[in-house]
Amino acid sequence: MQPRKIIRNRAIVDDSFRYVTHADDLAAGGDIIVDLALWLAHKSDLKNHRGKVGVQLPGDAEPDVIADDLSQLAVIAIHFPVFRDGRGFSLARILRGRFGYQGELRATGDVLRDQLFFMQRCGFNAFDPRADRSIEDALKGLNDFSVIYQADAHEKRPIYRRRVS
Amino acid sequence: MYVYTEYDQQLLNERVAQFRGQTERFLKGELTNEEFLPLRLQNGLYVQRHAPMLRIAVPYGLLSSAQLRVLGEIARDFDKGYAHVSTRQNVQFNWPALPQVPDILAKLATVQMHGIQTSGNCIRNVTTDQFAGVARDELTDPRPWCEIIRQWSTFHPEFAFLPRKFKIAVNASADDRAAMKFHDIGVQIVKNAQGQLGFSIWVGGGLGRTPIVAEEIISFLEPKYLLSYLEAILRVYNRYGRRDNKYKARIKILVKALGIDAFREKVEAEWQHMKDTDMDLPESEIELMHGYFKDPAYATLQDNPAVLQQARAASPGFDNWIKRNCTAHKKPGYMAVTLSLKATAVAPGDVSTEDLFAIADLADRYSFGEARSTHNQNMVLADVRQDQLFDLWQELKALGFATANIGYLTDITCCPGGDFCSLANAKSIPIAEQIQRKFDDLDYLYDLGEIELNISGCMNACGHHHIGNIGILGVDKKGEEFYQISLGGNSGTDAKIGQIIGPSFGEAEVADVISKIIDVFVEKRIEGESFLMTFDRIGMAPFKEKVYAAA
Repeated sequence: MQPRKIIRNRAIVDDSFRYVTHADDLAAGGDIIVDLALWLAHKSDLKNHRGKVGVQLPGDAEPDVIADDLSQLAVIAIHFPVFRDGRGFSLARILRGRFGYQGELRATGDVLRDQLFFMQRCGFNAFDPRADRSIEDALKGLNDFSVIYQADAHEKRPIYRRRVS
Repeated sequence: MYVYTEYDQQLLNERVAQFRGQTERFLKGELTNEEFLPLRLQNGLYVQRHAPMLRIAVPYGLLSSAQLRVLGEIARDFDKGYAHVSTRQNVQFNWPALPQVPDILAKLATVQMHGIQTSGNCIRNVTTDQFAGVARDELTDPRPWCEIIRQWSTFHPEFAFLPRKFKIAVNASADDRAAMKFHDIGVQIVKNAQGQLGFSIWVGGGLGRTPIVAEEIISFLEPKYLLSYLEAILRVYNRYGRRDNKYKARIKILVKALGIDAFREKVEAEWQHMKDTDMDLPESEIELMHGYFKDPAYATLQDNPAVLQQARAASPGFDNWIKRNCTAHKKPGYMAVTLSLKATAVAPGDVSTEDLFAIADLADRYSFGEARSTHNQNMVLADVRQDQLFDLWQELKALGFATANIGYLTDITCCPGGDFCSLANAKSIPIAEQIQRKFDDLDYLYDLGEIELNISGCMNACGHHHIGNIGILGVDKKGEEFYQISLGGNSGTDAKIGQIIGPSFGEAEVADVISKIIDVFVEKRIEGESFLMTFDRIGMAPFKEKVYAAA
């Protein structure tokens, strides 16, 4: 089977992770991204997992629930149930900003080209676009704009602190 | 007015390119209807009854003559020769063809205009008082603050997919001319006891299905914190606003559900992480923005010059127009002139290509090249010399914009309704015309005093019927168009939502019912009372009795 492709750091790469939603599937080794409930139930066991571990949060998760685990997590994935559900954008900003999360922040679910530019600005650096769409096409979405008004995950200063007088 | 920097222009050009690509992908079938929907909406494009409707942002209602001319050319080249001024100070085209929309947006971009965030579940065009910058009673010019909010809200990466649309208004006078308390956020510019300017912020107001007056969330916010506080409110709303039911998704529902105190706590908790950071507005930025709205080169003049006095004495029609359609100005020797887009038998707010060209010329010759759109769907030339008012009046008369009815019963605010809009339950424009024809005696109209009459063709309330002193709402009863009437609404400082008088009326009856309502007012009023004052004093009962009395 071909490894699944994702976008990470603006490039299309093979994804070493698989998504795990059932406890039965935890035993096998390899890089995994587990649902939040699994993480909360098994996190001490998962410290001994053979492979990297990430967690997948729903957009309405309170970030506090993983606040103490950030250093253990190779990936935090935020799931978009439908592309127009914008809660994940705020969650990403809180994780990157207030919680200082430095690891991979991945958008999963109904992830489409035209959301990617905003997602990237909110701190996502990895994208698992919807399987029925071209990932090459999605990648182009990251370059929609070259100028922005607000501060974001990459540009720390809003426009009004960047003006040259 | 604000003039784009190269940076702003580049952003806009890139947006045009982006939407051209999105439209091409949609036309090729690479984007589904559902996926294209929020993309086109955030560029102002609706799919309507007959054709798409394209809504163009007019930031806080300000238009240059060059922009007016381009709007006129678009109406001529891509539409049926007219445009429509909306109740959010925007301009709408009702007949563009989808494949041409990218070209229209490219043309608009040449004069720093666009349809960005005029629709969709995002932060919409910020609105303010149409007399901003020239009003005598304002604490400061609200427009620099509007522009600061515009830049912050444009393509804000976190708030492009809110639970529902989000509207912000700024008001800088004690008298609320921006219906601030009926917005998701109302920003009221205030002075504290020490004489410092700041903001009182109101949240959770709105019309639509559940009309609610906003509540105050903070009574005095230092200017530098404006954007961090707004961002904190938006973040709380984005995270906790309902997404399961579009009719319960506005921030007003969240504020009601939590209560203003619990909502405030959540906002303050977010805000603690945002204030005193780079989000704070530097004094230099506030000054820079005020610099864009400096006074034009006013001449040193006296109020009420002899030539004006003579013309008023010689022409009762001119004198009357001055009283009805002209507003005092902060500079001696100037007045703000409202162009009535409410002549009888013209759809309220409609302007033709020729009209747009003509208004552009008038703006150049009489008002420093600028005009404004109002939330009551009129236009304003804000800086007219008093010694040139007579000349202007004669030109406006010839153009049909001198109907001396501003603020009176026939100055009807009205959505496009069932003639155009696919959401509407009923037509609204013909109802406006029916009422205008009934009240065609100007002397009688003036005797009635100021009465705001608002018509919406459906619950979405684009015609702001809830806050009309008299409000009319189109409803569908088993496929027939009926009209529900409410009384006592108030968009001003004493903001109030109108009360429904009773069962709705058939289309043919509406003007007669309004006539009966007015009769009750005339009979019961005490010297000097407005319609609203009489209504507040005597209540609904006498109106109800008369309207539903057996013939």
